[in-house]
Amino acid sequence: MSATKKRRPISTGSEWTFDLIEEYDREIGRVAKNFGLDTYPNQIEVITSEQMMDAYASIGMPLNYNHWSFGKQFVETEQNYKRGRMGLAYEIVINSNPCIAYLMEENTITMQALVIAHACYGHNSFFKGNYLFQTWTDASAIIDYLLFAKNYISQCEERYGFDEVESLLDSCHALMNYGVNRYKRPRPLTATEERERQMAREEYIQRHLNDLWNTIPRKEISPEEKVIRYPKEPEENLLYFIEKNAPLLEPWQREIIRIVRKIAQYFYPQKQTQVMNEGWATFWHYTLLHQLYDEGLVTDGFMMEFLHSHSSVIYQPPFDSPYFSGINPYTLGFHMMSDIRRICEKPTDEDREWFPDIAGSNWIETLDRAMRNYKDESFIMQFLSPRLMRELRLFAILDDAERPTLRVDAIHDEMGYRALREQLSAQYNLGNREPNIQVYNVNVRGDRSLTLRHYMHNNQPLGESTDEVLKHVHRLWGFDVLLESVTPDNKVSQAYHCPPKEISIELA
Amino acid sequence: MSYIIDRRLNAKKKSTVNRQRFLRRYKQHIKRAVEEAIHDRSISDIERGGEVTIPRRDISEPIFHHGKGGRNTRIYPGNKEFITGDEFQRPQGGGGGGSGQGKASNQGEGEDNFTFTISQDEFLDFMFEDLELPYLVRKQLKDATSFETRRAGFSTSGSPEKLHIVRSLRAAHARRIALGGEERKEIRELRKQLWALEALPAAEAPKEEMQALRDKIAELDKKARRLPFIDDFDLRYNNLIRVPVPSSKAVMFCVMDVSGSMTQSIKDIAKRFFILLYLFLERNYKQIELVFVRHHTHAKEVDEQEFFYSRETGGTIVSSALQLTADIIDARYSPADWNIYVAQASDGDNWDGDSATCSDLLMKRILKKVQYFAYVEITTGPHQNLWYEYEQVHDAFPDEFAMQHITDAGEIYPVFRKLFEKRTEGAA
Repeated sequence: MSATKKRRPISTGSEWTFDLIEEYDREIGRVAKNFGLDTYPNQIEVITSEQMMDAYASIGMPLNYNHWSFGKQFVETEQNYKRGRMGLAYEIVINSNPCIAYLMEENTITMQALVIAHACYGHNSFFKGNYLFQTWTDASAIIDYLLFAKNYISQCEERYGFDEVESLLDSCHALMNYGVNRYKRPRPLTATEERERQMAREEYIQRHLNDLWNTIPRKEISPEEKVIRYPKEPEENLLYFIEKNAPLLEPWQREIIRIVRKIAQYFYPQKQTQVMNEGWATFWHYTLLHQLYDEGLVTDGFMMEFLHSHSSVIYQPPFDSPYFSGINPYTLGFHMMSDIRRICEKPTDEDREWFPDIAGSNWIETLDRAMRNYKDESFIMQFLSPRLMRELRLFAILDDAERPTLRVDAIHDEMGYRALREQLSAQYNLGNREPNIQVYNVNVRGDRSLTLRHYMHNNQPLGESTDEVLKHVHRLWGFDVLLESVTPDNKVSQAYHCPPKEISIELA
Repeated sequence: MSYIIDRRLNAKKKSTVNRQRFLRRYKQHIKRAVEEAIHDRSISDIERGGEVTIPRRDISEPIFHHGKGGRNTRIYPGNKEFITGDEFQRPQGGGGGGSGQGKASNQGEGEDNFTFTISQDEFLDFMFEDLELPYLVRKQLKDATSFETRRAGFSTSGSPEKLHIVRSLRAAHARRIALGGEERKEIRELRKQLWALEALPAAEAPKEEMQALRDKIAELDKKARRLPFIDDFDLRYNNLIRVPVPSSKAVMFCVMDVSGSMTQSIKDIAKRFFILLYLFLERNYKQIELVFVRHHTHAKEVDEQEFFYSRETGGTIVSSALQLTADIIDARYSPADWNIYVAQASDGDNWDGDSATCSDLLMKRILKKVQYFAYVEITTGPHQNLWYEYEQVHDAFPDEFAMQHITDAGEIYPVFRKLFEKRTEGAA
């Protein structure tokens, strides 16, 4: 230790220079490598607060197509920032290769170092390692794709008019959450595989079936089942379905739908890994900077400033505080990551009982495995420990519209741990948060009307903007659109039409 | 491994396009806000930018989401006294339905309006949008008397002082290269032969042949040199053309009755009207002069302070002011150079026998020279004969002459708009 303590701190003041940033980056990178963090190369860009607001307005991307909603976002950010109602983020980091991180010029050198550790090594390694990002995003192509999208859309604007493109984008944005694939499609079979399978099937049939001797009575097919629906299987990617099947769209309109869909897909993993991603990055900036401190590379003053911002980032206001706005993903994520390390290094009897396979294991490997193979939902389900539930004093409230009162369903005690964990995990399940709406049928032989089905979860109805969204679906589809809310026992509890269906009065 | 880039000097305002798209989309809302601002604000700060508020539901982007109802379990942090099985009433505002705000917390940030600021320029643009003075298109070119000389490339003819030396010499050089090419090629050829002969030992060298070559070279050289160094053909002159410049000067006459019947509040209303007109002109002309003419029984040209704030009493003879206006136009503001606007405000009082003189003056001496004459009558009483007289003028000069009736300050802007409404057929 004495050998390392002798090393001089990298900086003592609070001003930053490019040389200092470079040196911090080198040191943090070295430490991160020792901890086994695997990252894309970094591209660190220093920007002004104004540019940061621009970045906010284009969903954090360095470039994007033009649309009024981004302008609205910009105007809102600018207004809030100018009035001092909100501060800007210290950084924005983009899942690309090289990984682009924005540092604000207003930051002190401590903050720059914090941001480098957090974004350039924390988030960066998460982007590179997590399975969702690997499956669904292509880090090296995103910037080029956005450039293509921007140019393509501006060409369309020139050719077909602003209003036309704008209203199309409005409709696509309304369905953006329904423009993602949740599961990877099976790879198409090659010709040889297909042939082999077909032969195998034939042989099986030969061996097992001889219609002449078939004595099993044939089942009567009910007329209801005979109706062949299109698509055969319900389709949950509405934008995809519309892009491929809407009867009246022009090719350029399909291309724009595709662009929105691709961008939605790119952001889809981020929505599902918020807790993990922020937790991972926060855990690592905390660990990396402490390591620098242990090596004598940063001063006490540096650590004080760092810990001050660190603790405000992970502050969780209690539910009855005026500042409460849900569970802070930084808090939950950071605590869970630290907790896994604790379970690995200093397991208690309780931990051994709850986490027999990770208690006492190598924490770096365990954390790495957790980062690579989970998303928020499964991560919480797997790793939320009773001890952390007690620390955060979690409790569950059941709000059932059919009961006059709210009920405390579980708290942080022996009986409640599992229920709490399950509920919290479900809370991060995108499938529960967003209504489950799928393409059910198209009336192919009739009026071409499109039927969507909302499969109700916990009996929750759709919100008040449903009719508005349906208008957008109608604009894309071009023919009547019907949306049915379906209860688990397959009853239609509510139906929405666009255009609104006139109530037909049958004359007796 | 890491690249550090300073982006601070990169293009700012990347969001400008998106912001404009946003403004374009919510034009109606912004216009309404601008009109309200003009109603409410004191005239002195009309020129500031403005705050625009749009109801949030009008600009929301709809998505499918869960509504209230159903079974919903949410996890909250910071438990203090609850134990499993506790039951309690729903907090006010029904926050439990999935908004994440299960507890009543008076954040006051719920369904507020969307407020943002537009700059002064944008404010004025919205204020004057769709307004167009009938002859606002700057005076027709045929009327314009001033010319401006502008450079327009180069020409092959011109006066000596416009000679462009570099261009001329370049042209000469090019010509010499082009014309002398054949000879020089031949010279090169002959030189090569000559060198070959010279390289032979002196005894063997065919003297005559070499001499012949030398003579030939000298002759060709002479021929090449005979090409003139510079020719008339090479000369290039700066080409200057005269372009007519539409007049961008305007003069605005403010004519106001200051007789005893005009109270300060009426004058204030009039002032707002004048200022609106002034702001409007300011956006369209580079240079604007203001002439203030006030009158009771006599008219007088005064400065702004005196115009609005000095007290006068007495009767009213409107024609005196029109007479003075016409005189000033004749003396100082030739319609060829100036775009002339006249705004007259009055409470409608006039000495009975004078009104006919007024319309006569207007039709004969003023309206032919001005771009626009706007008359506002600020009164709550019935119209008097000046109004009826002016109505006839309006019928005779519908394009140049406009009149409106105002009763209180709130009406100014709508009336202003009405006066200067885009008149497509009128402007033609």
